[in-house]
Amino acid sequence: MNTIVVGQLQRQFQDYIVSLYQQGYLDNQFTELRKLQDEGSPDFVAEVVSLFFDDCAKLINDMSTSLERPDHVDFKQVDSGVHQLKGSSSSVGARRVKSVCIAFKECCDVQNREGCLRCLQQVDYEYKMLKTKLQDLFNLEQQILQAGGTIPQVSMN
Amino acid sequence: MVCEMETDQIEEMDVEVLSSMWPEDVGTEADKQFNVEKPAGDLDTLKEVTIEEKPTIADLTRLPDLLNSTHQGTSQLTNLVKQWEYMQDNAVRLLREELKNLNRQREEAEAKELKIIEDYKFESNEPENVPVLDETSDLFRKFRQKKRDALIDSKKIEIDEEFDTVAYWKQKALSLEKMLEASTERERRLVEKLHESLKTMESHAAPVQELTQNLKRAEGFLHFILQNAPIVMGHQDKDLRYLFIYNKYPSLREQDILGKTDVEIFHGGGVKESEDFKREVLEKGKASKREITFTTDLFGSKTFLIYVEPVYNKAGEKIGINYMGMEVTDQVVKREKMAKLREDNAVRKAMESELNKTIHITEETMRAKQMLATMSHEIRSPLSGVVGMAEILSTTKLDKEQRQLLNVMISSGDLVLQLINDILDLSKVESGVMKLEATKFRPREVVKHVLQTAAASLKKSLTLEGNITDDVPIEVVGDVLRIRQILTNLISNAIKFTHDGHVGIKLQVISEPSFARDNALNADAEVDNGLTETSVWIRCDVYDTGIGIPENALPCLFKKYMQASADHARKYGGTGLGLAICKQLVELMGGQLTVTSRVNEGSTFTFILPYKVATSDDYSDDQDEFSDMTDHQSEPDDTTEGYFQFKPLLGSIYSNGGPAISNGFLPHKVMLTTSPIKLINGFVADPSNNTGQSEIVQVENGGYVDETKLETSSGHCPESAHQYENGNGRCFSKESESCSSSQASSEGGTLEMESELTVSSQREEEKAETNLKETSKPKILLVEDNKINIMVAKSMMKQLGHTMDIANNGVEAINAINRSSYDLVLMDVCMPVLDGLKATRLIRSYEESGNWNAAIEAGVDKDILENEQVCVRSTNRLPIIAMTANTLAESSEECYANGMDSFISKPVTLQKLRECLQQYLH
Repeated sequence: MNTIVVGQLQRQFQDYIVSLYQQGYLDNQFTELRKLQDEGSPDFVAEVVSLFFDDCAKLINDMSTSLERPDHVDFKQVDSGVHQLKGSSSSVGARRVKSVCIAFKECCDVQNREGCLRCLQQVDYEYKMLKTKLQDLFNLEQQILQAGGTIPQVSMN
Repeated sequence: MVCEMETDQIEEMDVEVLSSMWPEDVGTEADKQFNVEKPAGDLDTLKEVTIEEKPTIADLTRLPDLLNSTHQGTSQLTNLVKQWEYMQDNAVRLLREELKNLNRQREEAEAKELKIIEDYKFESNEPENVPVLDETSDLFRKFRQKKRDALIDSKKIEIDEEFDTVAYWKQKALSLEKMLEASTERERRLVEKLHESLKTMESHAAPVQELTQNLKRAEGFLHFILQNAPIVMGHQDKDLRYLFIYNKYPSLREQDILGKTDVEIFHGGGVKESEDFKREVLEKGKASKREITFTTDLFGSKTFLIYVEPVYNKAGEKIGINYMGMEVTDQVVKREKMAKLREDNAVRKAMESELNKTIHITEETMRAKQMLATMSHEIRSPLSGVVGMAEILSTTKLDKEQRQLLNVMISSGDLVLQLINDILDLSKVESGVMKLEATKFRPREVVKHVLQTAAASLKKSLTLEGNITDDVPIEVVGDVLRIRQILTNLISNAIKFTHDGHVGIKLQVISEPSFARDNALNADAEVDNGLTETSVWIRCDVYDTGIGIPENALPCLFKKYMQASADHARKYGGTGLGLAICKQLVELMGGQLTVTSRVNEGSTFTFILPYKVATSDDYSDDQDEFSDMTDHQSEPDDTTEGYFQFKPLLGSIYSNGGPAISNGFLPHKVMLTTSPIKLINGFVADPSNNTGQSEIVQVENGGYVDETKLETSSGHCPESAHQYENGNGRCFSKESESCSSSQASSEGGTLEMESELTVSSQREEEKAETNLKETSKPKILLVEDNKINIMVAKSMMKQLGHTMDIANNGVEAINAINRSSYDLVLMDVCMPVLDGLKATRLIRSYEESGNWNAAIEAGVDKDILENEQVCVRSTNRLPIIAMTANTLAESSEECYANGMDSFISKPVTLQKLRECLQQYLH
């Protein structure tokens, strides 16, 4: 009975993570992260990802403060925030967030405040979306583990 | 009565006269606007009126003439007279009718009376003595008496014989009496009416008075209408002399105007125009309107709308013009303002749309370029992996065929890499991202390095030479990286198209070229005297004795992707971007790149660039630590050396024990004992290396190089930034370098060195070195500011079995490197405080000079660094690997140029990291 549940959960997990890749939420860098997770650091991915989301929240908050003033926006500051965010998202494989960051940076380079605000909104949306998705994923992982199963390796090539 | 008359008149005269727009009060004459002046008979009245009531100016003596002689005047007068006559006729006719009526009534009355009298006559034949009828008979008698008085002639009464009773007669008499009374009454009334008619007749009998009254009314009306109108009216004769003028606000007196022409009265703008216009109307005989702006002393600048009509006399000849002007200055100003506003609006709109278009195009272009750059970068990363692996593969044991194939693979890969680098460079220049740096550098060294690098991969029997005139400053300020790039590009081009003979670089100071004369001082500044900062123009010729370029190919030589001919492209390969980049770079630096060439004789590419000459302060600062050494030298050192030559020694056998020269991978030292001739080491940027007399350098055959420092100066040999250009140090040529100093004492003292270095031997050396040194775990430093990146990289390192130290920015990295020695540095490019490129440069400068002066200059904390300065390391060049994001600002080219050894593109993966560690940690 248990093995059936585990098998179902594992399939569900696989489907879910594949869908995340297919919908462009994640890229291979996330696979890289998952490869780094081993007995020595069983929660590595979750730790990195939560650090990433905390970082996102902080950076987005900072940037929105910078962009709030319509007449005098410190684009340098915003740019540095975007750079950080881009680096982080690229590191964790948050593909959609990274794509928005690229557009964001372009807006920033030409000091387009409107564009920046739009991108900021988008990036906020994307990271929150990803956060929910990954939370679901981690929940599934937990369920598999509790059911005594192992997390299947998913290769996206 | 008047009204009645009027309507009648209009009905009857409507063929001749238009119906009037004027109020009825004004009178019937209203259909002509100028009929005020009409009465032909009595002009005195008009004169009085005009003069009394109006401030107008009119030549009244001429007006009658005018009215008499012109068509208008005549028709007006005729009309007036006709009206008057008709009025009179009408009055007469009415009176006659009245008279006729009265006559008829009288006749009737008479007839009746006669009848009554007849009746009475008959009655009178009756006896009179009827007492009852006394009174009546009396009355009858009286009446008869009266009747007889009035109508004596018509008394032919016949008396009827028959009669009735007395009562009958009485009654009859009474009724007759009543009739008589009525008749008498009627008669009286008629008489009254007659009197009345007579009176009316009398009033009609004074036509002049009536006309005058009408005229006065009309005049008053006109005056009422016109009193505030900004209107000038006038009449001018054939010679355009004023005969009459009406002006509400006259600024001139009558005698100043009448009899004169416009030109005689006014002066200024518009006067002539109006005169001409009037004349034109007069000639054409057609009324017309025109707007004329006058600028006169009299009333300033005013615009008038002028209406001019010609006036004809009875014979149909033109005798002058009527003229009417209205001031419309305000309207014109308003209108012009509106027009201007509209025009401005249109212009602004046009500009706006133009701007939008431009912005759109620019954005599109930028996007396209960014796209290209991004793509190129994306291609480059995996490609450099391919090429790198191929190179590693080439170090393994391969048979001949495999090696040949691999060589083709590597050279093709290199070509694509170069193409991509070129594209990135071009797009950087074009999008303005390319930043120029101002750094101090020694032109002689640059030339030497470029030649040396070229010589290192030379596969032909060419002589490479460098010639620098004495007046070229030892140190100048400019963007050395770009200048090197240009030189390297031109030299490699020259070598490519030259099969034998020589290729060289010649540097000389020239006076300011004409294309940049507006800026910069004259270039004759003496640098050696250490004067303040001045500019100097240096001309650099890169010449060869190659195949040359046909004249018709010269124009497109600097165009992108163009080569002299398709044939050449096939034969010699290349991207066709090199010269375009050179030209753009030179122009970016404010210079000019030109070419002269003759087919089969060779080409010379010349670029002229302005440089700042380093100030004396900077110079001495930099030289302080070496000054005692250089001062003691009686021999000139390589800083002033002006001639280099590199000759190929193809096929020469690798000579045992010979010193190794010009290999970027191999730290090499040449043993010098007492020879005054200094070895010119291409990769030594610092004179101390060469002037240190007691340096001992051993070169072992194929083995690892040990170096010992006997003096405090660092003997570390830095690798040139050109290592990359050499294609990762692949070195197939056997070469010898002959170094000579233009000022060296004897030519015989030239030291010739030959070396053969292959990749395999060099790699073995490196391995040997690491094996000897590294028994413990390698120390790795990660310089990265992003926490998440650090976390990921650290975890990856852990998986690979390594630990890392972390520095969060360039300054921390420098401090860490200063504190302990590392075997590998992974350096993020874009960081706060101090970025990876700068940090790397400072680290390289430390490796070269043994001190952190450059870093301190750059603002890195002085105390920390100075305290540690004693600790001089004699390690090899520290491998620094860049971690780049794919942006324009972080190109790998730049990484190499700044002294980095390799790069990993972000995001870092296990595989990339593993490869990197494999390559740099052994």
